Amino acid sequence: MRNKVITPEEAADMIQSGQTMMVGGFGLIGSPLTILKALESRAVDGLTVISNNVGEEGRGLGRILQQGKISKAIGSYFTSNREAVRMYNEGKLQLQLIPQGTLAEALRAGGAGIPAFYTSTSAGTKLAEGKEVKQFGGKTYVLQEALHADVALIKAHQADELGNLTYYKTARNFNPMMATAGQKVIVEVDEIVPVGELDPEAIVTPHLYVDYLVLSKATLLEGGQVRYES
Amino acid sequence: MNPKQIIAQKVASHIEPYAVINLGIGIPTLVPNYLEEGDYYFHTENGLLGVAELDEANVDPQLVNAGKLPVGEDIGASYFHSADSFAMIRGGHIDVAILGALQVDSKGHIANWAIPGKDIVGVGGAMDLLEGAKQVIVTMLHTSKEGDQKLLDECTFPITSERVADLIITERATFKWQEDHYELIEVSEGYTLQHIEQSTSLQYTISPLIKE
Repeated sequence: MRNKVITPEEAADMIQSGQTMMVGGFGLIGSPLTILKALESRAVDGLTVISNNVGEEGRGLGRILQQGKISKAIGSYFTSNREAVRMYNEGKLQLQLIPQGTLAEALRAGGAGIPAFYTSTSAGTKLAEGKEVKQFGGKTYVLQEALHADVALIKAHQADELGNLTYYKTARNFNPMMATAGQKVIVEVDEIVPVGELDPEAIVTPHLYVDYLVLSKATLLEGGQVRYES
Repeated sequence: MNPKQIIAQKVASHIEPYAVINLGIGIPTLVPNYLEEGDYYFHTENGLLGVAELDEANVDPQLVNAGKLPVGEDIGASYFHSADSFAMIRGGHIDVAILGALQVDSKGHIANWAIPGKDIVGVGGAMDLLEGAKQVIVTMLHTSKEGDQKLLDECTFPITSERVADLIITERATFKWQEDHYELIEVSEGYTLQHIEQSTSLQYTISPLIKE
């Protein structure tokens, strides 16, 4: 069995300027906060980020944005991060808006070897402008290409040493799909247990998707603050 | 009751028992307060079927609704990832989506995700819900704070979907989509047909069940 466990610093070192990076989470919930914290001290820039939001203002992925490391963000909802909106207005950040369900499916497709799919979501709206459409049964569908990334940084709850993963409540969100769609998949987890301790029926992400494991040092608190253990 | 509570109570009267319901933010979140005792199943698109009222003594920061607000977990609840959650929505497995809107028009289109002249920086799950829910109930105050009409002949804000909204419920009236147009099916106490006409550019017929 290969040892997949690395430090947050080693994880951050794997991210290079100009790469495309998926980051799990619905805001900060289910986001790999310890790895992102380590990334704060790395000199990378020009990152393209695929994430539902870009964290929260100044927190999580939002801090990486604040540092000017991200040049493009692909996601469904940036409204709640005022800094992302401001940087977009100043021309410092490109945004690509995809409806949330289409984003989730494009990640799933990316990991499943499906290059593109049709969805009726957004047909006839501003978000479908310039996109290829096709009629099925008299209804209009919009073509969406799958999403891929050089690196996926995700958050799970428990891992065994092989890399099998379970998730916790609504912290699951985009993480299982991102685990399938990244070239290199680095998973932050709350706990690492010996192989055999996880119920095979409870495993959501089988280990073949997982390249590295990082033990989390971050706790999300009530009100959205984050506590980091040193 | 304030206008928002009046709307929520009216919405509740249109919900069938055992319905799987997705609630938008704002007025829709008040609807459960007015549902009769019984079984309803609340879905939130960030990955939970079985949303329950928050137990203030047991707040879990990793258990939230689509507005990122902490919620509770009902008995019989299940968690799933975002692709499954939106498959439920897009695939027609959600009985009712109750959502807010900025505008609604004679064609049944609603606008609830962008305002012209402002940055278009967020859409979330709004378009998917419109597209896939079996029934769409729109809740909104009849006019804006400035008194502008919101029930229009044609939306001036970007529409969310080409799908028609089944019911529009305001503090003044209820409109139901009938094949190719809205029908006024209910007028709130304290309002007359004339009040509704004066504040509504959306084209509608009047149900024979409504008497002057």
